[in-house]
Amino acid sequence: MPKSLSETNQMEASETKISQLSRRKFLGYASAATGLMVVASACNKEQVMNTTSTQNTNVTADGTVDLGTGDIGILNYAYALEQLEAAFYTMVISKPYSNISPMELAMLTDVRDHEISHREFFKNALGGMAIPALDFDWSTITFTSRDSVLGTAKAFEDLGVSAYNGAGRLIKSADYLVLAGKIVSVEARHAAAIRDLIANGTFADDTTVDAMGLDMARKPLEVLAIAGAYIKTKIDPSHLPTY
Amino acid sequence: MNLNNIFGEIEKVDADMYDRLNTRRSAFKEFASAGGKMALAAVPLALGSLFQKSYAGTKSTKDSVVDILNYALTLEYLESAFYNMALASPGLIPGGAATGAIQTIAKHEMAHVAFLKSAIMAAGGTPAPLPVFDFSAGAGSGMGPFKDVFSSFELFLNVAQTFEDTGVRAYKGRAAEIVQGGAYLTAALQIHSVEARHAAHIRSMRKAYGSGVGNVKPWITGKMSGINSPLVQASYDGEDNTKQATIEIVNINGFSISFDAATEAWDEPLTKDQVLAIVTPFFKK
Repeated sequence: MPKSLSETNQMEASETKISQLSRRKFLGYASAATGLMVVASACNKEQVMNTTSTQNTNVTADGTVDLGTGDIGILNYAYALEQLEAAFYTMVISKPYSNISPMELAMLTDVRDHEISHREFFKNALGGMAIPALDFDWSTITFTSRDSVLGTAKAFEDLGVSAYNGAGRLIKSADYLVLAGKIVSVEARHAAAIRDLIANGTFADDTTVDAMGLDMARKPLEVLAIAGAYIKTKIDPSHLPTY
Repeated sequence: MNLNNIFGEIEKVDADMYDRLNTRRSAFKEFASAGGKMALAAVPLALGSLFQKSYAGTKSTKDSVVDILNYALTLEYLESAFYNMALASPGLIPGGAATGAIQTIAKHEMAHVAFLKSAIMAAGGTPAPLPVFDFSAGAGSGMGPFKDVFSSFELFLNVAQTFEDTGVRAYKGRAAEIVQGGAYLTAALQIHSVEARHAAHIRSMRKAYGSGVGNVKPWITGKMSGINSPLVQASYDGEDNTKQATIEIVNINGFSISFDAATEAWDEPLTKDQVLAIVTPFFKK
């Protein structure tokens, strides 16, 4: 294990702004050494220096949540989406729609548990760098209606797949990229299963897979513009990496 | 995703990839910028043996990208040929929804083949030739353990599930090598999630049509294939992982997350060597 972790930490803290290169190198070494938790705690000092908030380092005075920069920003972006999905399915299972079949209840319970495990993973992995819990707006969803619930689930899962597909190239750490890859294929399985519940055979129809056989990919700003309809908390994605 | 954009970026990505994967050069750069304090893990560049022949003649500076694209192409050839043969086998696939689903999947696999061929040529490489397959898993004998794969619908679905789940894991296993790979990486991810959609549907088909499939779900539970054959187990080993980046997922933060859910929520990668071992019996020697 690199003995330079504490040195790296000092180096990071002494910089007013981390350059992309040093952050990239730092993340690589830190994750190789001890995993994401260390990254989060080591970076925390720098984050605290750059903000005035005493509650959460990512929240500005007017309550806007700043996703942050670099790989941490992308992980927070994923964390925000997983929060949305997990909260939605938690609502769905707490009061299932009318006449839900045992098969559908079991399937949606699985999906809820998957999304909660994704959400809690990001929370723990990000540690002190994590954005806070977001507030959601479910006013457009009729939780007693199968059509409304499954239609929303389909939209969220397809959106999630396109979000990970579109954000992958923004990730600098190979370790984080593989973690995102482990999640996105499960989101795609969810999307397919829910689509088949709505109409069997639509698991990968032409509305999501193009003529080249490629699934959708969306940039973070495109995803947040869509997801924003369900998120009350103001999110500032302006420091995320772009392409 | 615009095809022209992908190809427009290919040269740029290649240059970066070469730079990054050239271990001597990157080792020097890292060493210099870190004041000589950091140890450096070299990026493994070992080439596979099975497809080695296919790569002869590609430009040395393009090997990394072309190698990975040809690896993907060869797996897509396998899937594409498999579904086309199935669709051409009278009486194998029930009419209606089942035939429609397999036609959809076959269409995608064919599109993936065409897409990857174009990408490889645009990258200055030579697409790997179409191999000769033996879907009985007999390495060319035609008499392997799956010799009834185009007459038994149940067996066909078993092999289809194994191919799709393996494909998902195979793409994931090469992701680290194309980190920051720009449009290449995006395209690989866009194929990867389509394979996952296929896998989910094939699993649902097995549940609908099969007997003795256990509680097979659209996602992978533990390391269970739900297939009564040890021959496919290598495609599922390792899927029972419950720790992600040192974080235990079972009952994480006090939430009631079972072992099953913790394993289902994450698909695990397979290395190139693991995938080659799995698919080798399907190639004629």
